[in-house]
Amino acid sequence: MSEGKLHSELLPHLFRQEYAKMTAVLCRHFGLQHIEVAEDIASETFLKASEHWAIHGVPANPQGWLYTVAKNKAKDYFKRQAVFESRVKPAIQPAASEAEIAFEFSSQVIADSQLAMIFAVASPVNAAESQICLALQVLCGFSVEEIANAFLAKKETIKKRLLRARENLRNDNFQLNALNEAEISARLDTVLRTIYLLFNEGYFSKTDDEVIRRELCSEAVRLAVVLTEHALTNVAKVSALLALLCFQSSRLAARTNSNKETILFEEQDRSLWDQLLIDKGNHFLVNACAGNEVSKYHLEAAIAYWHTTPTVDKKWEHILSLYDQLIIIEYSPVTMLNRIFALAKVRGNAAGIAAAEELNMEDNCAYHELLGYLYTSLAAHKAIAHYNKAIELTKSNAEKKTLQKAIERLMFK
Amino acid sequence: MKEFALIFRLQDVADSKPSPEQLQERMNWLAGIVAQNKLVDKGNTLLPMQGSAKTVRPGNIITDGPYTEIKEFISGYIVVRAETIEEAVEMAKANPIYKVGGNIEVREVLKRD
Repeated sequence: MSEGKLHSELLPHLFRQEYAKMTAVLCRHFGLQHIEVAEDIASETFLKASEHWAIHGVPANPQGWLYTVAKNKAKDYFKRQAVFESRVKPAIQPAASEAEIAFEFSSQVIADSQLAMIFAVASPVNAAESQICLALQVLCGFSVEEIANAFLAKKETIKKRLLRARENLRNDNFQLNALNEAEISARLDTVLRTIYLLFNEGYFSKTDDEVIRRELCSEAVRLAVVLTEHALTNVAKVSALLALLCFQSSRLAARTNSNKETILFEEQDRSLWDQLLIDKGNHFLVNACAGNEVSKYHLEAAIAYWHTTPTVDKKWEHILSLYDQLIIIEYSPVTMLNRIFALAKVRGNAAGIAAAEELNMEDNCAYHELLGYLYTSLAAHKAIAHYNKAIELTKSNAEKKTLQKAIERLMFK
Repeated sequence: MKEFALIFRLQDVADSKPSPEQLQERMNWLAGIVAQNKLVDKGNTLLPMQGSAKTVRPGNIITDGPYTEIKEFISGYIVVRAETIEEAVEMAKANPIYKVGGNIEVREVLKRD
């Protein structure tokens, strides 16, 4: 393999896959307070790999090679620490001995560590958006620059946000090596919300960069899979969330055209939907059906199920009934508007308009978009007025274009 | 709402080991019921093979398999929620089991307490 190929293909791929796992395993040993040490060792390991492999070629078992190097670097670190501890502050406390760092990188240890790290990151001490940044950096191995691109934010802003979040994390006193059921049930909802938001960040991304969007979505799926694969977290609502993410992902390719404009659901080319992901979604949706638990993820997954199913009888009745349940569990303006869309499908646009206008969300872009859509067949001038209002309110250029197109269609009808 | 057991019957033991495609088809059918919030219990598959199935009769008579005089055997069951038995029958109609000559018995569950 040429050096060019090594740097452009194999390493970034391995880096993403292994860096976060390695950091998690090391961190579990050092404690969350020393997350920087763990990250340094993981970074140094990958640096060494890039140098060594460029000269000597890629070893037969790259993963094994990486972990052996990381282990040795960890040992060196502890030796240096021991020297420092014994010379500078003798007899205060015994430094970590060789025995203590005889850790394994077995698949079980990696899985446990990764799980613990997911729960550490989803700490209530940080706000949701900080948790997502942190998740991208610590769990997914994204650079500050990549995160800044994803959020369309300045690098400095993200850097500051991460610094604060990490400081909170260090002081959180969360024990990575003793993840127990009580802690899991206390934090699971936060974990799921972080993964959900991470996915949405990709799905409804502010950035036009298709690659970043896809990566955010697939990372969210990957983290949800980690949860379903672990006995402690393989519970109904986790399966429900994963089913939702699979269904949504199945339509990723069909959602934008070559000009990066959003394609409305009804105009999507269904042959671009990924049947494999739909099948996976069905599998997890069935798995999520256990006991009487119906979480918001159950309902959203069920709604997404109907959106991925070819038109069948009573499809919109099912969707409307699911939204009726969803607004009881979690009220949000978006859910209300989506419910009205379903309502209009069942009872007609006039009924939808009446329900929407009751909400009176003048400052909400999606509100005007919905009314524009509902008025289209009833009163073109009102539809255009609402679409114009939506264009004023949206910040996304892609959306502006889509709305502009809708207006043009109305004018030349 | 009432609950109904859907009891699956097959004729050929070989069909109780479905192909991945058949499994997926069944899963997709089941997902449609879950998405209506009408699956009460995803039930179980019952193995008909020798060593997995015996029938105990009066007088300590034990025979292999689930078979009586008819060839059919129960391959599994699920429980669904429905307003009426007609609605439960509609759900059963869409199952892929008929392609392999199977059938589904729909039975209302008597709910105690």
